[in-house]
Amino acid sequence: MQSNEYIQFFDGGIEPKLENLGGKGASLVTMTSAGMPVPPGFVVTTAQFDAFMEEAGITRHIHQLLADLDPEDMGQVDKVSAAIREDICSRAVPQALRELTVGAYEALMSRFDAPVPVAVRSSATAEDLPDASFAGQQDTYLWLDGVKAVTEHIRQCWASLFTSRAIIYRLKNNIPNEGLSMAVVVQKMVNARVSGVAITMDPTNGDRSKITIDSSYGVGEMVVSGQVTPDNIMLDKVTLTVISEHLGDKHAELVPVAGIRGLVEREVDAERRGRRSLTDAELTAVAQMAKRAEKHYKCPQDIEWALDTDLPDGENLLLLQSRPETVHSSKPSVPSSAATGGYFSGLSPAPAGPAPGSPTTAAGPAPSSASGFSLGSITAALLKPSF
Amino acid sequence: MSLKSFPKPSELTVPAGAEGWEKIYPYYLVFQDKLKEQEDAKFWFCDSQHWPTVFKPFETIGGEFAVKCLGQYNARHLMIPNANGIEFRIHLGYLYMSPIPVPEDQIAARVPLFEQRVGHYFQNWEQLLKQWHVKVKGTIEEMETISFPKLPDVVPMEDILSGKGKDGSEKLLESYDRLIQLAYQNWQYHFEFLNLGYIAYLDFFNFCKQVFPNIPDQSIATMVQGVDMELFRPDDELKQLAKLAVELGLQAHFGNTDDVDATLAAIAAAPGGDRWAAQYENAKDPWFNFTVGNGFYGHDKYWNEHQEIPLGYIADYIRRVDDGQEIMRPIEALIIERDRIIEEYRDLLEGEHQTLFDAKRGLAATAYPYVENHNFYIEHWTMGVFWRKIRELGRMMQAEGFWTEPDDLLYLGRNEVRDALFDLVTGWGVGAKPIGPDYWPEEIERRRGIVDALKTARPAPALNTPPEIITEPFTRMLWGITTEQVQQWLGAGEAVEGGGLRGMAASPGVVEGLARVVTDADQLSEVQQGEILVATVTAPSWGPIFGKIKATVTDIGGMMSHAAIVCREYGLPAVTGTGSASTTIKTGQRLRVDGTKGTVQILDEEPELQVAGPGAHSHSHV
Repeated sequence: MQSNEYIQFFDGGIEPKLENLGGKGASLVTMTSAGMPVPPGFVVTTAQFDAFMEEAGITRHIHQLLADLDPEDMGQVDKVSAAIREDICSRAVPQALRELTVGAYEALMSRFDAPVPVAVRSSATAEDLPDASFAGQQDTYLWLDGVKAVTEHIRQCWASLFTSRAIIYRLKNNIPNEGLSMAVVVQKMVNARVSGVAITMDPTNGDRSKITIDSSYGVGEMVVSGQVTPDNIMLDKVTLTVISEHLGDKHAELVPVAGIRGLVEREVDAERRGRRSLTDAELTAVAQMAKRAEKHYKCPQDIEWALDTDLPDGENLLLLQSRPETVHSSKPSVPSSAATGGYFSGLSPAPAGPAPGSPTTAAGPAPSSASGFSLGSITAALLKPSF
Repeated sequence: MSLKSFPKPSELTVPAGAEGWEKIYPYYLVFQDKLKEQEDAKFWFCDSQHWPTVFKPFETIGGEFAVKCLGQYNARHLMIPNANGIEFRIHLGYLYMSPIPVPEDQIAARVPLFEQRVGHYFQNWEQLLKQWHVKVKGTIEEMETISFPKLPDVVPMEDILSGKGKDGSEKLLESYDRLIQLAYQNWQYHFEFLNLGYIAYLDFFNFCKQVFPNIPDQSIATMVQGVDMELFRPDDELKQLAKLAVELGLQAHFGNTDDVDATLAAIAAAPGGDRWAAQYENAKDPWFNFTVGNGFYGHDKYWNEHQEIPLGYIADYIRRVDDGQEIMRPIEALIIERDRIIEEYRDLLEGEHQTLFDAKRGLAATAYPYVENHNFYIEHWTMGVFWRKIRELGRMMQAEGFWTEPDDLLYLGRNEVRDALFDLVTGWGVGAKPIGPDYWPEEIERRRGIVDALKTARPAPALNTPPEIITEPFTRMLWGITTEQVQQWLGAGEAVEGGGLRGMAASPGVVEGLARVVTDADQLSEVQQGEILVATVTAPSWGPIFGKIKATVTDIGGMMSHAAIVCREYGLPAVTGTGSASTTIKTGQRLRVDGTKGTVQILDEEPELQVAGPGAHSHSHV
């Protein structure tokens, strides 16, 4: 199924526009086309919301209800909010639009051997809602099976434009209700076989020529929250050579279980614990994806990733999140002792040169008075035009 | 840290039949009873990278000249602040080395001298290097003029008429002395730029290790290494000749390249053959001054004296071209990848660090190619001419009855050869028989027995107690003697998963394949397409087989050893400096070589199948 005005697949090749897809939806499409594959899915665009509202003919009525509200009157706000949301959820979606959504859902399911659970989440355009985290928490519906559950929750996301909190926020910030719209993301639930995080630097010293990967079995929550000791691998960012690796204990994993709409924790057997959770090829793929994320966002990234059981090899690595690495990014990108650059430093039994970490500069000739000898002056000489 | 030690020299067993071996070498080359305490207190590692097999007495010349001249540039020319030269001894026929540090209190005083001297070279690099080529070629040209004709029965009449007053024997003695001097001269030149190349490399190396802690050594090497080097030129000439032969339809004439004269004659007579012959002649000078060995042994064969070797390689390349294979190295792809690597590391740096990166890398990239290219001029070309002249002298002395085979000369030390020459001219001069013919044949047989007995034992990787940390830069870089390597030799290193060998991760990639163990250049013809080469050490002239193999594993060598450089060039995985691959691994065993991690696993103990056999290889000579 192709993307169109009302449905846009993440990998549909249409340029993402914030006003059509909302912030979350646009970002998912952008990441997919930049080689950072997110779990596959599609966006129900704002155009579909607009068409639905148009067909329902309730926009004017809603505006009237909201017009005279006092943001301090919580009881009244709650009452109006409930009425509007009830109204939206009870209206039928026009047949043509409904068919598009059902078709998109079926096209998504056809990518897997058997139907897989999806998440449905709202994707607001810009300032309509207080903040992404608040909205996201409210309007993310996980582990949904079947088209009926999906379409139902799409309408619930639409309705979330009119939660009490959203209404009050707009009132207090003088954001008009005219032109309000909402996109909705339908996305495969990650069925993680292996997952973890990757940082595009060495977090111990800020060295940006490294990629550090933590990896463990199952869904990444246990890695992120520190409940398991993951495998820890450091690679060179340029050549992707493994610099060091430490096998973690990885004693437990969180895995989705069919029927319970959620995750269960189970023990990892000794054989799987004893080996690295990523193959060489998977490791390289994770590192390359982290590199792409850094390149795309133009600063060191801290990503969450997963290998999805339901997807074929080569397409199963998914990017779940990418955010700027904040601990070191504000610091110099190079360990501070580097400026001396002396190849003899550390070779003599008791180097008298600058201690590692002490601030030094490379502008002038290196100190030559002590045994902490450096070639800095030689190199400095080479910067002269005569060479 | 393990306190394990290597054996003391006196603890090594003298192989049966090698008793009295010390006396076949000059007194100053062997460990001394009177210095036992001092010598046992030092750590000596075996340089089997350059001298993988037992020295015949004459062959110590290469070890002596090379290591002495390396040292002089550290200790006397460049005044490297923290490193003098390398002491060396021969023990049980193998060369052991011990780097000499500079006393702590003298380091500072050497710094200004060092900066001044090294600075001069780096700032005048191109001009001085050009001058170097002139000097080195001048030496070789003069060497070529030397000859060792038989002494005449009578002094020529014209010398009587001109009142020359000399019998010509002085010319023979001078020629010998001059030949030795010229070899010595080019060995001095050899190190004029080599240590500088390493200094520039190490300067960049250490900078990279500081700004990118734990950056793989391979990355650093890739960023400064030349892609198209003179060292590869002889091999490239053969490839071009193979392509031209295919273009001209001359393939049929390469059926029996062992018969050099017939092969060349048939080609010359064929249509278009004159064009090929002209290109062949052009390639010979100087690129066939190339040895299958490493230039340090009298038995090394050189292409120009054994043209069946290059012709065999050309025939092999022709077959591969006819099979539709690409025989040229992927130079363009290598350059693109190198530039990507440089650019990505560079982009990780900012401001001053980026400027320093550019300067240091620029210097290393300027100076480092010498490290690779000099090899052709000295080890191959100079030593090729040198050994050719020595063989001529050997034949002349053989004809005079001093020994039975021309190469028997190698069982004399170079100063003993000088004695034998004076013996010869004395006997000739006085009209009597020289003593040598009655002395040397028996002594040579005795020495041959000793050398053969010494060859039955491999050298110890090192002697005595190693220092806790090995820091000397040249030792680390040239020989791959690192703390980890030494621990590995002592059996204390980190074990390889599933059993196997650990060495230096010299060229990245992972492959599996069948092993082909090669301990002598004469076995190279056995190497089959797609095998993994396992060798004590490799030599530049083995180039043509690198297009056939999947990976290389060596006993000896670091990041900058020949095998490492060539494998990076060919994009093949390599693990160097394993210590014992050539003795542990058997031909035909299936191996997994991880050139990224530096490990070699033997996947099955039994050789899989018989891989050698008639018709299995494409040419019978190397």
